[in-house]
Amino acid sequence: MKQRRQVTLYGLTWSMPIVVWQLIFFVFPLIFLLLISFWLVKNYRMVPGFDTVNWVKMFSKGYFWDAYWRTLGYAGVATIVTSILAFPCAFALAFKVSPKVRRWALFFLIVPFFTSYLVRTYSWQIFLNDNGIFNTLFALIGLGPFQLLNNFFGTLVGYLTLCLPLVVVLQLISLANVDRTLVEAAHNLGCGRLRTVFQVIVPLAKIGIILGAVFTFILAFGDFVSPYYLGGSKPPTLSILIIDTTKSGQQWPRAAVVAVVMILTLLTIMFAAVGAAYRKRT
Amino acid sequence: MTDIKKHKDRSVAQTAQPDAGRRKIIKGAGAITAASALSVPMILVPPRANAATELNMIAWYGHGEPDMVEEFEAMHNVKIKAKYYAGGDNMLALISQSPPGTYDLILSDGEFVKLLKEAGYIDPMDPNEYNMGDLYDEYSHFDAHWMGDTLYSVIVRFGYLGVSFNTDIISHEEASDYNILWDSKLKGKVGHFDWHLPNLGCLSLRDGNDKPSPFDISSAEWSKLQETTLSLKPQVGGYFDYGGTFASLKNGEIYAMCGIGDWITGVVRKDGSPVDSVIPKQGGIQWTESYSIGKGSKKQDLAKEFIRYITSPKGQVRSIQMAAYPGMSPYKSGWKAINEANPEEAKRQRMTFDGPNCIDDLREGRIHFRQTPVRQSLEDWNDFWSEYKNA
Repeated sequence: MKQRRQVTLYGLTWSMPIVVWQLIFFVFPLIFLLLISFWLVKNYRMVPGFDTVNWVKMFSKGYFWDAYWRTLGYAGVATIVTSILAFPCAFALAFKVSPKVRRWALFFLIVPFFTSYLVRTYSWQIFLNDNGIFNTLFALIGLGPFQLLNNFFGTLVGYLTLCLPLVVVLQLISLANVDRTLVEAAHNLGCGRLRTVFQVIVPLAKIGIILGAVFTFILAFGDFVSPYYLGGSKPPTLSILIIDTTKSGQQWPRAAVVAVVMILTLLTIMFAAVGAAYRKRT
Repeated sequence: MTDIKKHKDRSVAQTAQPDAGRRKIIKGAGAITAASALSVPMILVPPRANAATELNMIAWYGHGEPDMVEEFEAMHNVKIKAKYYAGGDNMLALISQSPPGTYDLILSDGEFVKLLKEAGYIDPMDPNEYNMGDLYDEYSHFDAHWMGDTLYSVIVRFGYLGVSFNTDIISHEEASDYNILWDSKLKGKVGHFDWHLPNLGCLSLRDGNDKPSPFDISSAEWSKLQETTLSLKPQVGGYFDYGGTFASLKNGEIYAMCGIGDWITGVVRKDGSPVDSVIPKQGGIQWTESYSIGKGSKKQDLAKEFIRYITSPKGQVRSIQMAAYPGMSPYKSGWKAINEANPEEAKRQRMTFDGPNCIDDLREGRIHFRQTPVRQSLEDWNDFWSEYKNA
């Protein structure tokens, strides 16, 4: 029988800051955003009211749904690619290198965050453009030029720039906490290397791996910088659609519709993923 | 006596008359503070007459930078505080969110002056107070700035939009026809400055909608324009903001763009990149920038003085060569001044008195004023632009 946990004053006091934070910086703005989506724009000014016209308008537009499914797809691909690329690196750092190397690796994984993401993204243009560093190197061996910028490949490079170091760190934390005796036990019982990785280590590090994937999805889904500056806004994602909507006619209420849909999508995916991460094996 | 003893004695004395001591301290501190408050400003703060007045401006990026305003600031002991916007809609929104009188000077594109007036954001202006007599005839009664007989904005500069291109890939002759954008050698190499109005305006000219204006088109012409624009999609390499447009032309990622002009390529060329702009045979679009005085401004005289300065020969030389993006002068004395100060730039921007010049393009009817759509709503054009980007 489940025991009901008692809420003590002590516990309540300590949990208050996070509750207050969430209320002020998430719940209230979200409610405000939802309200704005029912407002109207007259003479470039928002007029408070309650009209579903913005919802009807956006939902009836083919380009909204195109951008929605595209953004979902982009974020999904980014999540899979980032998780796959991050895992061998995190695995090596957790199991194959000395603690000293691991500390240095962690340091170098964090260093990129010292620089603005926008600057890092812009600098990729020097590498990826038609006359850029990569195509110059390809030309030396008689290849190319390849179109690396202003397409999905460019966007994906941007997503990886944003997410890969973070995902490696999250996976590493989880892998480093895997009980080594269980790995040894698997080996002693005749379990092969690959089978140990996928049937022992991955399930034990499941939380970190899923959290890393969720972070990638959230960051990629809402990112404006990579699809705009490396993808050439071609075709646009939902974040670019928000900018387009506000730029012409100051249609903040319609942009709010897009934003609310994005938040609801992310909440659904996040709850599903976190549920999967913490689900007990039966 | 030890230090401990001294400390103890002091503590006892303070304990014996606590209130009297505290009062004395407060009184003393109060006296010192009052004395300081009275004397310090006399010593440290310069007389108020020398403090710079602030003049608030809302403008496109660059207009409040030192290369444009430092001389005026020094002449009038004024500090120009600029708020920059990115597009006319953004400007209107920023003004609507600010209390009346926030901006003394409002710089806007011609097509937004009417909207500024209708929203009650700007004051009427007396043409006699400005250098109107110095304007070329084409600008002396510029329609977008006059509502009936009342002037609401004074023009500062203008420029043309047509085709901008990489001179290593495309010749001037080829670029002089909008149809070059569909050429197979430009597949994936055509870029767009991400704003529907200049792009659709230029493509409307390509469709032959030059009378009365590429923005004044019938339903059938609008349908055709949409068809034309969508057919360009396979050629498109990207949609860029101001920085992205610069970068893509500079690094050779994009070979051609329509709807932009020398205001971008003039700056890219300074960096040594092989780019240029032309007005195609089908015609080009014109942008203008002008100053209005914000309603409720408490520094109207100073604002008028600034407008007189920036439209004077000295101000025009700065405006023509503005570091952020160049622009042509509608003032005769501005042309004379730039020919004396920087003849090369005058020649580059075709503001010369001998031979064909930029005003001739206007006289020949090749240039059309950029405006909001006349027979469709702005929303229709914007919606289509979103559809085009997603196609």
